[in-house]
Amino acid sequence: MKEEDKSLLSPFRRRFLQGSSALAVGSALPLSLVSASSSAQTAGQPRTLTMLAWYGHAEPDIVAEFEAKYNVKVKPKYYTGGDNMLALISQSPAGTYDLILSDAEYVPQLRKAGYLERLEAKDYAFDDYFPEFQKFPGHWDGNDLYAVMVRFGFLGVAYNTDAVPESKARSFKVYWDPAYKGKVGHFDWYLPNMGEISLYAGHKAPYRLEGDQFAKLKGVMKSLRPQVAGFFDYGGTFSGLKNGQLQLVCGIGDWITGTLARSGAKVSSVVPDEGGLQWTESLSIGKGTRNRDLAKAFIQYITSAQGQVKSAKMAAYPALIPNRKGWELLAQSDPAEARRQGMVLQGHSVMDDIRSGKIVFRQLPVQQSIEDWNDFWSEYKEKA
Amino acid sequence: MSSNTSRRRWPLLLPPLLWQLTFFLLPLLFLFVISFWSVVNFRLEPDMTLKNWDFMLSRSSFWSAYGHTWALALGAAVVTTCCSFPAACSLAFTVSERTRKLALMFLVVPFFTSYLVRVYSWQAFLADNGIVNALLALVGLDGLPMLNSDFGSLVGYVTLALPLVTLVQTMGLAQIDRNLIEAAHNLRAGPVRTLFEVIMPLAKPSLVVGALFAFILAFGDFVAPTYLGGGAPPTLSNLIIDTTKSGQQWPRAAVVAIVMILTLVVTSLAAVRLAYGRRK
Repeated sequence: MKEEDKSLLSPFRRRFLQGSSALAVGSALPLSLVSASSSAQTAGQPRTLTMLAWYGHAEPDIVAEFEAKYNVKVKPKYYTGGDNMLALISQSPAGTYDLILSDAEYVPQLRKAGYLERLEAKDYAFDDYFPEFQKFPGHWDGNDLYAVMVRFGFLGVAYNTDAVPESKARSFKVYWDPAYKGKVGHFDWYLPNMGEISLYAGHKAPYRLEGDQFAKLKGVMKSLRPQVAGFFDYGGTFSGLKNGQLQLVCGIGDWITGTLARSGAKVSSVVPDEGGLQWTESLSIGKGTRNRDLAKAFIQYITSAQGQVKSAKMAAYPALIPNRKGWELLAQSDPAEARRQGMVLQGHSVMDDIRSGKIVFRQLPVQQSIEDWNDFWSEYKEKA
Repeated sequence: MSSNTSRRRWPLLLPPLLWQLTFFLLPLLFLFVISFWSVVNFRLEPDMTLKNWDFMLSRSSFWSAYGHTWALALGAAVVTTCCSFPAACSLAFTVSERTRKLALMFLVVPFFTSYLVRVYSWQAFLADNGIVNALLALVGLDGLPMLNSDFGSLVGYVTLALPLVTLVQTMGLAQIDRNLIEAAHNLRAGPVRTLFEVIMPLAKPSLVVGALFAFILAFGDFVAPTYLGGGAPPTLSNLIIDTTKSGQQWPRAAVVAIVMILTLVVTSLAAVRLAYGRRK
């Protein structure tokens, strides 16, 4: 007690020195810890690379090799749908996501909102890409690059091969066939469904509609409604096709039926004669990232020929790839899958469908707002 | 003395009050506030506009979803109450105390499994080529369309609410004075008359509260109408999802949520009045 009294009565300078030394000890401790942690990191502690993506893109079949090579752990945050992705980004501070995988139509919005870092085109293997994908719309702002295309796929008619002959599935008209009343399902997202029916309604640019064309699209869709069993998310579509409850599904493609077919389900997808839509997934580097070099290395890895083969065969859902050298490697390593997906360098390939104009890119509505389209979608769901 | 006692009790009331404030009133207030905000470039912007309320409440699709949700929830309350009552009567009146406790424990077991998993498993029963239709075919009957319909949704709601409603009813019925039932028998009232004129009036609070639970659970449920009802026509919970997908319109979704909460508050007050109100 007396000692304490003494200290209280001690001169100011002495107390200051005592306080300072305590502060120095206190601050030295965390500093030494940080230093120790830093040494541990270089000695083998893996770094973390955060990724915002659709499910599957950070699973071991895709990232294990990259993680081992760079001693990094890819930490995903998975989303379902572009709006969900935008919500997650807008609610997170800058730098939360090192890598952002988005559907191509959302890249311009992400760029305008300032969520993306500018990329250096020379860092990526665009020379190995098919020419159609080297300067992909929306990924560039003038000469500035913001996203690199990773994979893509087609949306057409998904059907049960036991119940629907392929010849019938080759036209969107099959959705109106009385034989399939109550067996037609919609993937619950306005964009692919309304795009497909817009193609069926004869609109070559299915998302660029004048007022009367939009009215026509609504009319055609309403005529389909009595055929429709329901509106399903990924899980619902999956189980509906698998248990045979749905024989036709509008708004999806091989990204679902290909996965189901692997497990023996009697389902397939076809691009109908009226045309099909292309979905596209692209990688960007998130604004404010502290792992820019690592993020760049990941994009280089997944867009390389080897990475592209992994992406084409991704366990969660297969896809087409834009890298021509990736096609060559796939043809050597898994010719059956290359043939199944139509990525063959001899004979008819999916690139022929794109070049013939049969495939159009899925995009956000041009003349109307997203809300106009989505509001109609809600109205459409309401009435049978 | 009594004012001293109540002063001493105040600190005990503080935790539940803080709980309600933190986890109910503040989020509710926030929900109410953002219903007046705007969305600009997919981002919520603080604002003070009535346009979200005007937009949602003037849409026919909103009112049709409202009516559909209300009808389904009412149907769920009635069906669940009717399905639970025989089981609850049996547990309350015909089995031993030990068996009743065991049965009540088993009623909780379904909650050990995810509701989503239970709903998905119903698909195997209700699909056109599912188990129920296969059994119907065995006895020479035509299959019935059950999946992706209101019937499917109702099955999901009953799956969700049945154990809880049975629990509430059993506890209510078990507390009925047996002497009153015996008196009814002694006065030559038959089983049906005893049920309707003695047991049900005495069990009214538990029957109404059980039905209210079923209504509340069904009214806000998203899983059953989506995976067993096919998502069409949409319920209010489906509409909330659609609205948030439509350009991040959380303020409009907040309007739907507030209307749902108000509906449940009014329904609950009416149910409590019905359950505990004095008989004239």
